[in-house]
Amino acid sequence: MPKPTVALFVTCLVDMFRPSVAFATIKLLEQAGCRVEVPAAQTCCGQPAWNSGDTKTARSIARQVIAAFEGFDHVVAPSGSCGATIAKDYAQMFEAGDPWAERARALGAKTHEITSFLSDVMGVQGVTARLEAHATYHDSCSGLRSLGVREQPRALLGTVEGLKLTEMKESEVCCGFGGTFCVKYPEISNAMVGDKTRNAADTGAELLLAGDLGCLMNMAGKASREGRPMKARHVVEVLAGMTDTPAIGEGE
Amino acid sequence: MSHAHPTTPAFKSNAHDALANANLQTALRNARGHFVDKRTAAAARVDTFEQIRDAGREMKNHTLAHLDLYLEEYEARVTAAGGHVHWAETAEDARRIVLEICRSVDAKTVNKGKTMISEECGINDHLAANGITPVETDLGEYIIQLRHEAPSHIIAPAVHVTVPEIEAAFRKAHSHLPPDRDLSDNATLQMEARRILREKYFQAEVGITGANMLIAETGQSVIVTNEGNGDLSQSLPRVHIVMASLEKLVPTLDDASTVLRLLARSATGQDMSVYTTFSSGPRRTQDPDGPEEYHVVLLDNGRSNMVGTEFQEMLRCIRCGACMNHCPVYQAVGGHAYGWVYPGPMGAVLTPSLIGVEEGGQLPNASTFCGRCESVCPMKIPLPKMMRHWREREFEKRLTPSAARYGIALWAFFARRPALYRFGTRLGMKALRRMAGGRGRLASLPLGGGWTGQRDFPAPQGKTFMDQWKEKRG
Ligand code: SF4
Repeated sequence: MPKPTVALFVTCLVDMFRPSVAFATIKLLEQAGCRVEVPAAQTCCGQPAWNSGDTKTARSIARQVIAAFEGFDHVVAPSGSCGATIAKDYAQMFEAGDPWAERARALGAKTHEITSFLSDVMGVQGVTARLEAHATYHDSCSGLRSLGVREQPRALLGTVEGLKLTEMKESEVCCGFGGTFCVKYPEISNAMVGDKTRNAADTGAELLLAGDLGCLMNMAGKASREGRPMKARHVVEVLAGMTDTPAIGEGE
Repeated sequence: MSHAHPTTPAFKSNAHDALANANLQTALRNARGHFVDKRTAAAARVDTFEQIRDAGREMKNHTLAHLDLYLEEYEARVTAAGGHVHWAETAEDARRIVLEICRSVDAKTVNKGKTMISEECGINDHLAANGITPVETDLGEYIIQLRHEAPSHIIAPAVHVTVPEIEAAFRKAHSHLPPDRDLSDNATLQMEARRILREKYFQAEVGITGANMLIAETGQSVIVTNEGNGDLSQSLPRVHIVMASLEKLVPTLDDASTVLRLLARSATGQDMSVYTTFSSGPRRTQDPDGPEEYHVVLLDNGRSNMVGTEFQEMLRCIRCGACMNHCPVYQAVGGHAYGWVYPGPMGAVLTPSLIGVEEGGQLPNASTFCGRCESVCPMKIPLPKMMRHWREREFEKRLTPSAARYGIALWAFFARRPALYRFGTRLGMKALRRMAGGRGRLASLPLGGGWTGQRDFPAPQGKTFMDQWKEKRG
């Protein structure tokens, strides 16, 4: 069977703030037998415009993404949020009958969040990574509720040698990031993330994992301000065995 | 607090106050999780809960598609049973109609079972202004009436109040009772309220209740309560007024049972509410009790304008409150922050529909779109999608704050030009790294004070991925 070609949708946050997440994703995809390409015309998925009600702008960015990514077998993002925007929202941006509507739907059908792609599409049962740590996992909203990402990251993490995973209370409750929400309503966002870091810390875990960099930056930033001895990492860093970089928000 | 003057545009400062209110935060924290766990368990007790949700959604979609037909049928049945249906296009109409009915029997006191429609119409203030005393008989409603507040939740109106606050309100209002009596817990408070309310039941000439459903086939209205106060408010006075909005209609008794199977499970995690009362009009000659007159005030107040729009699905709402019980924003700030009758996710969609996006536009923005509301809504209403529609309307009407508009425009300019975007992100990340100076995080950010006020901001790891990838791949 020829290797499937996967286009990596890096996501704007990973591109800017945490390239190691993209490298870890590529490593996992290659380990799973994929050929990975990184289309150069990508910037952001358009979610900020879409969620702000600026549908026209969102549509124009969606067209750009569709044109750049539709030629590949699969599109994979290390983010349930951006993944859901492409997989679910794009199709809603265009009127029925608009030729872009069909192209959006077709792209959406082959777009996946990374852990779900590995488990559900490539049938990956486990990873070869090793990490002596006690971790807890936060379910990021879009991945969980739009794309059904729940068991996949847990199952994969379960195969990391040395890793102990403890569920936190209300793991599926939003961390308060919400894209522009955290800027528009910083106080409410802060109250929400404060609950989150408390629930995470209550497990006794020293490592907080999630599949979305936005949530992770929010939670890591809060934990750091609160002086909690907790590190935050994207789940792919652990799965790919790439945990030698400083954790999110951690000094060199 | 009166609902006549919405404070929805002040959502942000309302939220600020709510977060600083220690009593409120205690009350919200105590309530939190309780409804969530009970709903999860109640849903799990029914194998077919998902199918019932689908059936409920289909039934309501069908009803809304033929609303005129079912309204006609309903009115004909009520009239045949000797009742009266009054059509209230606006809240003002509803106030006028209710007052006229009360005056026609020279009412001094009006008992009220819990009704959100009467909140929406500001009935209490209107009656009081016209010399008629409204008495709330739902315990939660009674508490907030004593505290001169509006409900903060559609099924648990006093969820924001702590036990010591209730005790204080009771001691003040019931000053004729011995001051050394014990009022330290739920049970003693409930007993006292029950004794006081029992006397009031017999004084009222008119009883006003809401309706969880109106049944076209039978002309009945249905209310569910856990305290039985709905029954007493409607069967003891001479006149019973049902206040309901027109989307409460269901075609048949069978359909009503579908809704009943969803309602309490989603709301309080009970299989059924303790009392489910069907009323079918005034007392007949052979009936031992019941009101002499039966009136239904059917409120539109903007709902028929929602039919046929992207907001029509909101009219499937059965007011269970599950969306607010599961909403982390509601859990953080409580219902009063929303500034009008309907809080939480359902309010974020409904409020702008009823009072306009100019007034209510903040509410659909106060969501992270986490989607938890939609996932628990028994009627599968796509709440985030409809909030987004409101944001769309706001954007079209140029009501979106200009900073946000410019921000998006600037970001979009770069997002559509990958080469320029690369250049910009390269410079930006370099600057942020320099500011962080190897500490991995920033304690303050220019223009980012909202974030860094209470959180650090993680610094970029190094060069952007796209730059690194280019170097690697050439
Ligand atoms: S929107 Fe759904 S969850 Fe919220 S009150 Fe209405 S029916 Fe219940």
